[in-house]
Amino acid sequence: MTDSLVACPECDALHERRELAPGTKARCVRCGAVLYRRSYLELDHQLALVTTAILIYLIANSFPIVDLEIQGRSNSTTLVGSVLALWREGREIVAVLVFATTQLFPLVDLGALFALLLMIRRGRPALAFAPVLRFLQALRPWGMIEVFMLGIVVALVKLSNMAEVVPGIALWAFGLLTILLAVILSLDLRSLWRAGESVIVRPRRRFPPRQSAHP
Amino acid sequence: MSAAPTTPSSESRVTTAAQAGLVACPHCHLVCRDTARDGHGKGRARCPRCAGRLHPRKVDSLSRTWALLIAAAILYIPANAFPVMQTSTLLSTQSDTILSGILYFWNTGSPELAVLIFTVSILVPLLKLATLSTLAVSIKRGARARADQRARLYRIIEFVGRWSMLDVFVVALMVGLVHFQGLAVIQAGPGAAAFGAVVVLTMLAAHSFDPRMIWDRAHRPRRGRPSKKRLAFGTRHG
Repeated sequence: MTDSLVACPECDALHERRELAPGTKARCVRCGAVLYRRSYLELDHQLALVTTAILIYLIANSFPIVDLEIQGRSNSTTLVGSVLALWREGREIVAVLVFATTQLFPLVDLGALFALLLMIRRGRPALAFAPVLRFLQALRPWGMIEVFMLGIVVALVKLSNMAEVVPGIALWAFGLLTILLAVILSLDLRSLWRAGESVIVRPRRRFPPRQSAHP
Repeated sequence: MSAAPTTPSSESRVTTAAQAGLVACPHCHLVCRDTARDGHGKGRARCPRCAGRLHPRKVDSLSRTWALLIAAAILYIPANAFPVMQTSTLLSTQSDTILSGILYFWNTGSPELAVLIFTVSILVPLLKLATLSTLAVSIKRGARARADQRARLYRIIEFVGRWSMLDVFVVALMVGLVHFQGLAVIQAGPGAAAFGAVVVLTMLAAHSFDPRMIWDRAHRPRRGRPSKKRLAFGTRHG
């Protein structure tokens, strides 16, 4: 086991780890894949960012996205409202898919990241750290707020032909959330494994410790 | 952020973790000794940092990729043949498939959106199916050539896959918004679930594919070549 080596996630080439300047990334010499990154943001800044994103997430989900007016009748919907409408008319699969990718996963993602950053900040050994981080890594590709944001834009263009469209609070909140999430998702989860080195509770060794294995 | 150097000189300096008897933890990326290969771990080696199961390569990568690809290809047919959206107004009921939805945008003066939706809903899933199958075939056949290009293809495919969900979200929003009883009601069609499933399945297929296999085949030691390897020290910064 050695922390001084990095294997490229896409081609398995071994590299020696070097400390990076803030805002730079290390790439594989063979295939060009990003090996690891260092953010401009320190851990405390990241924590602030995640807290903000959670608050904006709550706003985005509790207010209507748009208000639609046809011939004097108006109708507005929140994201939950859309999901429920899908569910009610018997499209359960689509409802679950939309709920999971735009509401559940992004919220769990932010919550997990928040918890991890708090654990690192507290600096005490945390049993949950490794499982939560592994879970977060598996979950990450399935949160699709930014795709949903583009979906809102497309739906609005489509509806503007047939009705009066009045943007709601949640529309702006989703826009802001997309930007915040772009920054948050660019934080390298791999760097959390190193940042949390001191709080990870390591499993008991089954075998006597060995020298680090340099080839 | 320039392209990767793939000159022979830079490639010959590369040692992979597998060649060095090491394995990168698939969860926390710690480079560990491959105890399963040493014969100590009885095949169930665990990462000393995160306790995750260690595999030098993704398990059953090719068969899983194929299974998911085939399932996605089958569902691709109902996804495009069945309507994703049904609009009922006072006078008529209209069913839209993905393609007719694109044509609607094209005809109502937003060709940019038509091109965007055509790309993410039709082109991307098709290209994903085609590319992943080609990659899987190339690995099965032990192709060595153009590993860098194949690796780049994989990276693009993995990156753009999620955007195919766009149409599902558009339908969901329309359903939630257009609910004027007796005037206009929009409902989701059976194609929407099939299409969502195609996107999820192709994403899973891309996740199950292990790009390291591309390079494993490309750099198998040939006969008569000295097996002396060195580490590529340092990393490029960009």
